[in-house]
Amino acid sequence: MDVELLKPLPVPTPVSRPFWEGLAEGKVRLQKCDACRTWIFYPRSRCSCCLSDQLRWQDVSGKGTLYTFTIARQPTSPHFASDTPQLLAVVELEEGVRLTTNLVHVAEADIRVGMRVKPCFERVSPDITLLKFQPA
Amino acid sequence: MGLRGEAAIVGIAEYPHRRKYDGPRMFMLEQWAELARNALDDAGLEAEDIDGLVCSDIRESGMFVPATVVEYLGQPVNFAERIDLGGATAVGMIWRAAAAIELGICEVVVCALPALPIPSNPTPQPLNPMVFFQSSSPNWGSPQAEFDIPYGNLAQNCGYAMIAQRYAAQYGYDAEAMAKLVVEQRASAAINPNAAFFERPVTCEDVLASKMIADPLHMLEIVMPVAGGGAVIVASKEVAARCKHRPAWVTGFGEHLTIKTPTYARDMCVTPVGPASEQAFAMAGLTPDRVDAAEIYDCYTITVLLTLEDAGFCAKGEGMRFIRENDLSWRGNFPVNTHGGQLGMGQAGAAGGMTQVVEAARQVMGRCEQRQVAGCDAVYVSGTGGVMSEQSALILQGG
Repeated sequence: MDVELLKPLPVPTPVSRPFWEGLAEGKVRLQKCDACRTWIFYPRSRCSCCLSDQLRWQDVSGKGTLYTFTIARQPTSPHFASDTPQLLAVVELEEGVRLTTNLVHVAEADIRVGMRVKPCFERVSPDITLLKFQPA
Repeated sequence: MGLRGEAAIVGIAEYPHRRKYDGPRMFMLEQWAELARNALDDAGLEAEDIDGLVCSDIRESGMFVPATVVEYLGQPVNFAERIDLGGATAVGMIWRAAAAIELGICEVVVCALPALPIPSNPTPQPLNPMVFFQSSSPNWGSPQAEFDIPYGNLAQNCGYAMIAQRYAAQYGYDAEAMAKLVVEQRASAAINPNAAFFERPVTCEDVLASKMIADPLHMLEIVMPVAGGGAVIVASKEVAARCKHRPAWVTGFGEHLTIKTPTYARDMCVTPVGPASEQAFAMAGLTPDRVDAAEIYDCYTITVLLTLEDAGFCAKGEGMRFIRENDLSWRGNFPVNTHGGQLGMGQAGAAGGMTQVVEAARQVMGRCEQRQVAGCDAVYVSGTGGVMSEQSALILQGG
């Protein structure tokens, strides 16, 4: 495969690094705002509710429900051609935040909006583990 | 709050939208100049009348775009804007032009979105990997690069498909109603010579039998990329009085931005066009039932459905029924996208939204010929950028 078409991987930033380190250890870690108690995703330098910088990392269960999904029958970019059909999803964690993800270990016909899901940690490089989900 | 309705669209220009463009290749600056001249001619104005312009990106330069266009046109201006609102750009251009005119800082503003292919570069260029990521930035530090792209959530299809899937779970889904919407827009496109699908109507069966791209969206529910582009002239009341056509007065607008990626929307099925439209109607002193036609941004069928609901043409969750029970074609009781929409015109990149603006003005001017809505005095227009990220609304009225 063309080198340029290797799958694009996240490159952690100084602020987001604890999230990716958590995933590498098999833990889902979110920021919570000490000022207004809001859970935050994606990681930020300031609260997406009150712009406070008093954010604290906390480990959470990673359990949630499927908010929505689609089955992309054409690759969303050539990088993902080998993954077709792609099971693209948005999961809402118990804390109320939503994240972009993929569903794994599930048959297309069994996917339902609202189904309970749990994390599946997929190590894709020595540094990066992606957070995917499977039926709980 | 808002506009007094003292600025109007007085001239329009539109390239025929074509899947395979076989006309002369022009740079975007050259297209800008041609569209400006054509729109001025349409209005009955001269180049020297221009004292404002609103542009978006051009291929020839990534910076100083307004100054570059001003220099190329040879017309100094008092007002210049560059709009970065994706498919909401065209509507965003018009209200900014109208606002600047009402502020008294300019009188004749050209708004153009050229989108024809440019000449082939004799110096071969390396493939820019950005092309794969389309509207999602792969740059380090971009939230999309870190949290969306690695999961393959990029480009538009999957985002809109996930919104549609969520809608289905919350309110129910009727694939045939969505197909009917496509059929009615394609019926309008079939009699519009500027549409890529001129003389090519489809049936519900065709739509439902077309390839599933990202569940529940079929291929014919998704815009086809084409070459095209368009422009309008927005002018003051004084200038409008000496132009050729009935002015389409800009009486209301709204704009609302919430997110970049719908994953992070508070509610994926409640879209920014709601607050934008509410403001537009209030400013114009109209209610949704008072418009004669609606030119609704239609990158996908789901976009039209959610706009019908959130702009107030029907109640939340009632959009499918509304489509089933009304005739939305040009001759129907509730004409939507009388030019065929972008599902019928094809989508010329960010210029797609200009087709809705041009058609709305054309309807108010009474120049739509076979597809003219009788007594068309008030038209609603919407623009949608990103994945229901940034939306805008406009009311154009005769007078």
